[in-house]
Amino acid sequence: MDLLNAIVALTNFVIVPAVSYGSQLALGALGVTLIYGILRFSNFAHGDTMAFGAMVTILFTWWFQGMGLTLGPLPTALLALPFGIAVTALLLIGTDRVVYRFYREQKAKPVILVIVSLGVMFIMNGIVRFIIGPDDQQFADGARFIVSARDFKEWSGLDEGLAIKTSQGLTVITTIIAVALLFWFLNRTRTGKSMRAYSDNEDLALLSGINPERVVMYTWLIVAALTTVAGVLYGLDKSFKPFTYFQLLLPIFASAIVGGLGSPLGAIAGGFVIAFSEVTITYAWKKVLGYLLPDALEPSGLVQLLSTDYKFAVSFVILLIVLLFRPTGLFRGKSV
Amino acid sequence: MSGNPYQDDRGNKDASITKRHGVGEIPYRKGGKATPAAKGEAFLIGDTMTGGYGTGPDILHECTIAVNPGEIAVIVGPNGAGKSTAMKAVFGMLDVRSGHVLLDGEDITALSPQDRVIKGMGFVPQTNNIFTSLTVEENLEMGAFIRRDDFRGTMAQVYDLFPILKEKRNQAAGELSGGQRQQVAVGRALMTRPKVLMLDEPTAGVSPIVMDELFDRIIEVARTGIPILMVEQNARQALEIADKGYVLVQGRNAFTGTGKELLEDPEVRKSFLGG
Ligand SMILES: Nc1ncnc2c1ncn2[C@@H]1O[C@H](COP(=O)(O)OP(=O)(O)OP(=O)(O)O)[C@@H](O)[C@H]1O
Ligand SMILES: [Mg+2]
Repeated sequence: MDLLNAIVALTNFVIVPAVSYGSQLALGALGVTLIYGILRFSNFAHGDTMAFGAMVTILFTWWFQGMGLTLGPLPTALLALPFGIAVTALLLIGTDRVVYRFYREQKAKPVILVIVSLGVMFIMNGIVRFIIGPDDQQFADGARFIVSARDFKEWSGLDEGLAIKTSQGLTVITTIIAVALLFWFLNRTRTGKSMRAYSDNEDLALLSGINPERVVMYTWLIVAALTTVAGVLYGLDKSFKPFTYFQLLLPIFASAIVGGLGSPLGAIAGGFVIAFSEVTITYAWKKVLGYLLPDALEPSGLVQLLSTDYKFAVSFVILLIVLLFRPTGLFRGKSV
Repeated sequence: MSGNPYQDDRGNKDASITKRHGVGEIPYRKGGKATPAAKGEAFLIGDTMTGGYGTGPDILHECTIAVNPGEIAVIVGPNGAGKSTAMKAVFGMLDVRSGHVLLDGEDITALSPQDRVIKGMGFVPQTNNIFTSLTVEENLEMGAFIRRDDFRGTMAQVYDLFPILKEKRNQAAGELSGGQRQQVAVGRALMTRPKVLMLDEPTAGVSPIVMDELFDRIIEVARTGIPILMVEQNARQALEIADKGYVLVQGRNAFTGTGKELLEDPEVRKSFLGG
């Protein structure tokens, strides 16, 4: 019984949150890795693009809610998501036209694009705050839980409850669909292959008749979808606050680098590595250990390795370890 | 390079924020239109081309190269003579400051490289001429990118020409040997069914046997009627199969003639063929 309770507690407080957080990081890291792989720079505006996509989706969600349009048990945000993606795509392609394209025509070195993306980040940051403000926003509706702790306790007769939020279930399902679609697109379609070809050898792609501007446009479109989905899922799961998206940049970059920059599979693995490390290291293990250890050994403290305030340090440390011992990341990406 | 401040990375080597692999060097060109020109004597001709890289000095000086259907034209010359530069100039990868490029009765001097691909020109560069992370088959598919029809027939032809590629079709092209890579490179260019094929040292780094093999294949391709313009280090062998030969020295046409003429020319023999 104690063992079961321990497992349930572990699942409830570590595994479920880490899986959904990991999925969100994976989606974010996929976008970063795509831009790195195809456009050849690290996009510092990624977190704020996520915030922008989530913001647009929230505005549409509020509008739909105002009209009484809902999806029943599912959050209305799901209905607003395609609109959020469309507007974000417009923003990204507009930004590319106005900003990045100039540097492409100059054949600017990628490091210059990194700094340019920093500028874009500040602008997007400003736009989001200007439109929706810096505060927390609520936009989740529909059923809150797929499995609630009380129902689970009644059903299982255990002391420990297991809760799975709708947003968590949605996050995982959406991520699986998005990743499957992306992999199919990159590996099976003509356009996807041309993007990989451009990523591999720009000049030869040109000599094969692949239009670089097309490749760039498709990249931004995919990135718009990935960032908006990731931003909305994160917002549904936690809450929407522009600043948290900026902060997400660190774990997202850590995920992409840990997995191996430029490798989509690596981005996903990296997302889960970072998420699980962050959650397990900042989790107070007292409860789980209390079930597992004999009474005499029961810990008196919280058995929390690191306060949640320091969770971003975890990303940093893992990043360091990977860079020291496996500079190409877990999945042979580009050596860093 | 050439004083463009955007191309100065100030010594950045940090691959965690930038990816250097596969960065393009072909300068961006807006690309103009092809204009009809008087039907010249050759199918493809780079006519008295003068030009260089970016804003740098002229590398080519009134250099002329031409090729006709069914012919193999070979460009030879010492290292740094401007052979690759001449090929790039014909393909629109650098500014031709004076002179013209004519293809099939059209002046294509203003066209961007990608538009020349659509016009039917195929080019195998001297270096980085395959997609290393793509499979052999995907390399060929990318060669056929501009084609919207069914290209399986062409792929079968390429596999017939280079049987080893069929065997390795699902292997990443970067995992092949040097000679096999050259076959992928030529195969990729053939996939467009080009009207003219330009090869920059297709036999670089290839063993003598494979080289002979590759030359045989090139002759086979030429027999199908595709004009081939080729740069070669192995001057003697290349001139033996050449209908037309150009010896380039310091960006200028030093000698021009049929392959046989050049092989027999005492001057050419002395300075380029080693006696
Ligand atoms: N990208 C470039 N930018 C500036 N100068 C270049 C560039 N590429 C080549 N050059 C210069 O142009 C000249 C001719 O080079 P090119 O590559 O055409 O020689 P090549 O005849 O092909 O020689 P090789 O037999 O070694 O291939 C050289 O002096 C070289 O320094
Ligand atoms: Mg050369």
